Amino acid sequence: MIASDAVHTSEAVLTASGVSIEYEVEPPVKAVRNVSLTLHRGEILGLAGESGCGKTTLAYGLNRLLKAPALMTSGEITFHDRGGDDIDIVGLRSEQLRAFRWDKISMVFQGAMNSLNPVISVKAQIFDVFDTHRPGMSRRDKTARAEELLGLVGVDPARLSSFPHELSGGMRQRVMIAMALALDPQVMIMDEPTTALDVVVQRGIIREIMRLRERLGFAVIFITHDLPMLIEISDRIAVMLQGEIVEQGTAEEIYRTPQHEYTKKLLSSFPSLRGERGGFVRSGAEVAR
Amino acid sequence: MSVRTLEARNLVKDFRLRSGLKTTILHAVKDVSFTLEPGKTVALVGESGSGKSTIARMLMKLETPTSGEILIDGARSGDGGRALERYRSDVQMVFQDPFASLNPFHTIIHHLERPLRIHHRGLSAAQVREKALDLLERVRLSPAESFAERRPHELSGGQRQRVAIARALAPGARFIVADEPVSMLDVSIRLGVLNLLAELQREEQLGVLYITHDLATARHFSDEILVMYRGDIVERGAADDVILNPQHDYTKTLLAAAPEPENFGRLRDEVRAELAG
Repeated sequence: MIASDAVHTSEAVLTASGVSIEYEVEPPVKAVRNVSLTLHRGEILGLAGESGCGKTTLAYGLNRLLKAPALMTSGEITFHDRGGDDIDIVGLRSEQLRAFRWDKISMVFQGAMNSLNPVISVKAQIFDVFDTHRPGMSRRDKTARAEELLGLVGVDPARLSSFPHELSGGMRQRVMIAMALALDPQVMIMDEPTTALDVVVQRGIIREIMRLRERLGFAVIFITHDLPMLIEISDRIAVMLQGEIVEQGTAEEIYRTPQHEYTKKLLSSFPSLRGERGGFVRSGAEVAR
Repeated sequence: MSVRTLEARNLVKDFRLRSGLKTTILHAVKDVSFTLEPGKTVALVGESGSGKSTIARMLMKLETPTSGEILIDGARSGDGGRALERYRSDVQMVFQDPFASLNPFHTIIHHLERPLRIHHRGLSAAQVREKALDLLERVRLSPAESFAERRPHELSGGQRQRVAIARALAPGARFIVADEPVSMLDVSIRLGVLNLLAELQREEQLGVLYITHDLATARHFSDEILVMYRGDIVERGAADDVILNPQHDYTKTLLAAAPEPENFGRLRDEVRAELAG
């Protein structure tokens, strides 16, 4: 198990150093403080933290999606392209930035099931991606690729002509993932991609993501507050608290030997399903037994 | 005849769905029976759409069962007027979303004084306030005076859910229906709220129906687990038995889908083996 980690630790695909992001309101809110991260090619990096800790802001920052009043006050973000070129994400300007987004780094947004346009068919929404980024593509190629994408995420390609409301929550989420895969990105940022879904559906989608990662080799930044799930699926995990990354390590290190108090607290917030009752005692339990 | 119990007997709920001229019947709940006893927690687990919330709504008399009955202390519960009012002073609910279940217009103390006034007629204003402040202290919102005049938006999610619990206790309820009471809260405060509920349960000998999709907390916070699937209870038993020794296929599927940190790396290896083979 440990040996296979070595495959991923070879080459970086995204490095961020000293990233700070501030919301310029009165008084200013320092949402992300001096964060440095390295994402390796093909790895799943879990970003754990609770609401308000700055994890979504950081994800938006990495993809240059911040809108005023949010402002990146310092830091460097570099994308290491497959071809060997380094792209300075912070320095990208208008047209370059537009071409870069989704092509190299795509994103599955929080509450993604509701981010599909309800009055446009799935097909038209997938075609939008190609129209923008691959203007020369023929209609037949676009259809073929769209069908292939739906097939990849386990949705019947016949659903291409459906409207979002005709699909279940899990299927809509899969369509969103298909759209994020459309341009064969090297990095996918997933912000709470399964939080609104049932456990059984969630498990199916997680498996699909893992499977696609093996096949297509993209790296994932997986953002959630569900630490047990992150430990199960991630190669490495970063724990975020009040805008700072307080601990980073492999999934095993975070699970077996957490160092920071907050990591320990997060871990103990999830009672074990099958394990001993151990450290967790329900107050008032003796009455019931 | 059993005493001091809340019993659901053969509850059935069908919904008529109309699409154009066609009507179809959706069997949301099919013949469900269970009993809540003082001091015990029954967990109802299942995925969304399995009928969990419909059961909660029927217990709260927000939905009329198609057939079956709800008995309190062995007697048929009332459906209207005084009888319903009496029933509601015994059975109360804690809703899922503490951001939606408190009225942003009213102060915290108002949320507690109102049920006190409705269910304990004849109390003076000073007595009502005193009881309301006492309730706030009991859900660990202390000093109560400092919370009393605030409005819901000034409280965190966990604090709001504590107010919601206090409000459920205000009429002197003996049975609490808690529908996903912590799923909207931050993970690090969930256990605190569940523990508070468990402590109050011990102090008051409350019977609790804990509706959730989180099997781990269901195991730790309840005595009995009912697993619901498409309107049927497919498995029931003592909490540890259901989790550690599941019988029904659906229970097994649910358990297999729950995150288990002990399995770190296993999913990746499974997927790799699957793609290699």
